[in-house]
Amino acid sequence: MENAGTFRVTTPTEREIAMTRVFDAPRRLVFDAFTKPELVKRWLLGPPGWSMPVCEIDLRVGGAYRYVWRHVNGKEMGMGGVYREIVPQERLVCTELFDEAWYPGESLITTTLVEQGGRTTLLSTMLYESQEARDAVLKSGMERGVAASYDRLAELLASLPAQATEKGAGAP
Amino acid sequence: MSPDRLDATFAALADPTRRAILARLASGQASVTELAEPFAMSQPAISKHLKVLERAGLISRGRDAQRRPRRLEAKPLARATEWLERYRQFWQGNFRRLDALLDELKTGELKAKKKNHKHSKR
Repeated sequence: MENAGTFRVTTPTEREIAMTRVFDAPRRLVFDAFTKPELVKRWLLGPPGWSMPVCEIDLRVGGAYRYVWRHVNGKEMGMGGVYREIVPQERLVCTELFDEAWYPGESLITTTLVEQGGRTTLLSTMLYESQEARDAVLKSGMERGVAASYDRLAELLASLPAQATEKGAGAP
Repeated sequence: MSPDRLDATFAALADPTRRAILARLASGQASVTELAEPFAMSQPAISKHLKVLERAGLISRGRDAQRRPRRLEAKPLARATEWLERYRQFWQGNFRRLDALLDELKTGELKAKKKNHKHSKR
């Protein structure tokens, strides 16, 4: 799938994580997929084994949303927040707090959608209360990460830094 | 690697000048003067950035006592990349499902349009 290659994750500041991704659909559909519970439930699932039995969205400024995921082994994970800003099809700003948060404070998620030629670029920025909180989230991604298709990572790690070391060591 | 060290790595990488310095060092070691060249910055300012990078273990000093060339240390950078990469993979799974869902929605709209078209013709 070609769009998979457009996916970028960066850490623009000490307290942020930013993601960009292109989708082969107009932004009104992408916006729907982010804000209609029956659609959100179908993709926002994480690693295999998780489903989303609770997905409630009150899409208005000051309105709340609530998500609960359940694993086949019975474990549940819930989170929710409040919408701060809504520009239909363009921009969503909401708070995010996990029930059993492993990092301090709420985070603020800003999602913008830009459409060009029938394709949509998503930019999602997550702002955390502190650098420690941000790093804790990045670390958890590591723990949850499924051991699938690490080939490209292996390639990346093998090529870039190794090359740099060789060149660095080889210079006079 | 200790969590403190990982935090130091990310703090060091948060600054664009420091990322540019690392990019420069990826193509070979360089002295402080050489590193300061492309930036509109004094040598002491560059030295400050280098200290942060050094503390994070991202760079080290070469053996040449005169030039004291800095060079890239690949391991902490690789760790940081690995962190981001796994986080990325977590989301990539979600977004692939979203791709499929959007395809389905587009097809659904198209069918609905054709249907409406037929109705309006009548």
